[in-house]
Amino acid sequence: MSDFSSALWAAFSLVIQLDSDLAEIVFLSLKVSLIAVSGAALIGMPLGAALALFRFRGRASMVVLLNALMGLPPVVVGLAVYLVLSRSGPLGVFGLLFTPTAMIIAQLILVTPIIAALTRQVIDDLWREYEEQFRSLGAGPGQRITALLWDGRFSLATAVLAGFGRASAEVGAVMIVGGNIDHVTRVMTTAIALEVSKGDLALALGLGIILITLSLAINGVSYVINEKARENHG
Amino acid sequence: MGKSESILPLEFRQVSFEGGGKRLIKDLSFRLDAGPRTIIIGANGAGKSLFLRLCHKLIVPSSGEIIWHGANGRNPAPAQAMVFQRPVMLRRSVAANVGYALSLRKVPREKRPALIEEALRMTGLNRLAGYSARVLSFGEQQKLALARAWVLRPEVLFLDEPTASLDPAATHEVEELINTIHQAGTRIIMTTHDLGQAHRLADEVLFLHRGRLLEKAAAAAFFTKPENDLARKFIAGDLLWWKRGKDNRNQISEGVMK
Repeated sequence: MSDFSSALWAAFSLVIQLDSDLAEIVFLSLKVSLIAVSGAALIGMPLGAALALFRFRGRASMVVLLNALMGLPPVVVGLAVYLVLSRSGPLGVFGLLFTPTAMIIAQLILVTPIIAALTRQVIDDLWREYEEQFRSLGAGPGQRITALLWDGRFSLATAVLAGFGRASAEVGAVMIVGGNIDHVTRVMTTAIALEVSKGDLALALGLGIILITLSLAINGVSYVINEKARENHG
Repeated sequence: MGKSESILPLEFRQVSFEGGGKRLIKDLSFRLDAGPRTIIIGANGAGKSLFLRLCHKLIVPSSGEIIWHGANGRNPAPAQAMVFQRPVMLRRSVAANVGYALSLRKVPREKRPALIEEALRMTGLNRLAGYSARVLSFGEQQKLALARAWVLRPEVLFLDEPTASLDPAATHEVEELINTIHQAGTRIIMTTHDLGQAHRLADEVLFLHRGRLLEKAAAAAFFTKPENDLARKFIAGDLLWWKRGKDNRNQISEGVMK
């Protein structure tokens, strides 16, 4: 118990003093996750909106597949990306394995289905409400997607935050494709795993505190966005 | 937006519509010319809303033809607008809701503020321009829906029971607006099941019953001397009803309740 409290105290000290190692890891984690989530939003939102709006053969199967992909096991994604980026893989020539770019790719693959599936649901609900009005006003397909994405902006912001939560808390895939290299690809989750195995609980706990704070902040922002939306738009 | 040749008259030729394996609109044939306010009346389930959706091409007939004679091959849709029973408000401000309709019709950006202002002033909503449309009362939302439709200066405006959920004061305001829009030159085609409203607004009446057009007449003639027996009973305030058999869905029983 005293080990735990002393480790916790040391962790708080690291956070308060903005320890440079800890800051570097946190910065890299945020950078990787933010880029991955931005890319996932750019791909996932139009994809989800298109799935909600257009009727085509195989659409139902795509929706089922997309929903299933929300639960993709990170280690499997990590393994697949590893095989593609490894020297003997199809994209091996780019030398991306064990770089932050590889970690971004892995997180992008994990987060895109989440954002796309949540977007599809949001846009589908809105479309049911707006369809006749849009058709009456003569809105074309592109105009419909743009307007629906804009009108669903508050719910979609929550979807993006959910994606960010998943990306920042993920460990399996980034461990495999990043390699957890000090000062290069070490992010919060992989550092926690490593420090625990080394017995350095202070740094692990410090990172854990930041990760939990981040999670609380994401949920807080999500709550505020939804409350504001309800207040302003009924 | 610019006034061009009229798309009217509108003609239905043997138009039927099927949904869920049932014929909901049956062999409608008639012609609507420019000018009067046409009110479509009938009991719930008569097919009034389907009728408007067919006119506005939100649904397509299962058989028959709908012809806008004046269109001469051009698309008649931009000359029409529709206001629904439940107003659909976009999640943006009152002014932006009206502006959205203008942006879809590619009205130049610099012309939009004046048109929005005019439409909102006409509906008395100018003081609410910056408010979110979805926090307005139901009556205000319906007036905004009228403003959004009218800003496009449609030649034909379809109104699907626009006052169905409004109190008498809001109903009066919406009726005044409908009259203003009519006087500005827009052809009004509207459904209602409110006979009083039909009396107040109609120049011409179409009486629908179970998807069939039973009578089309000038309002004065229809309300004083209806030719159809069911229309006479409907005007007298009798309740027209029908229901499908529990075992045999094709078996329909119907009647009149005084």
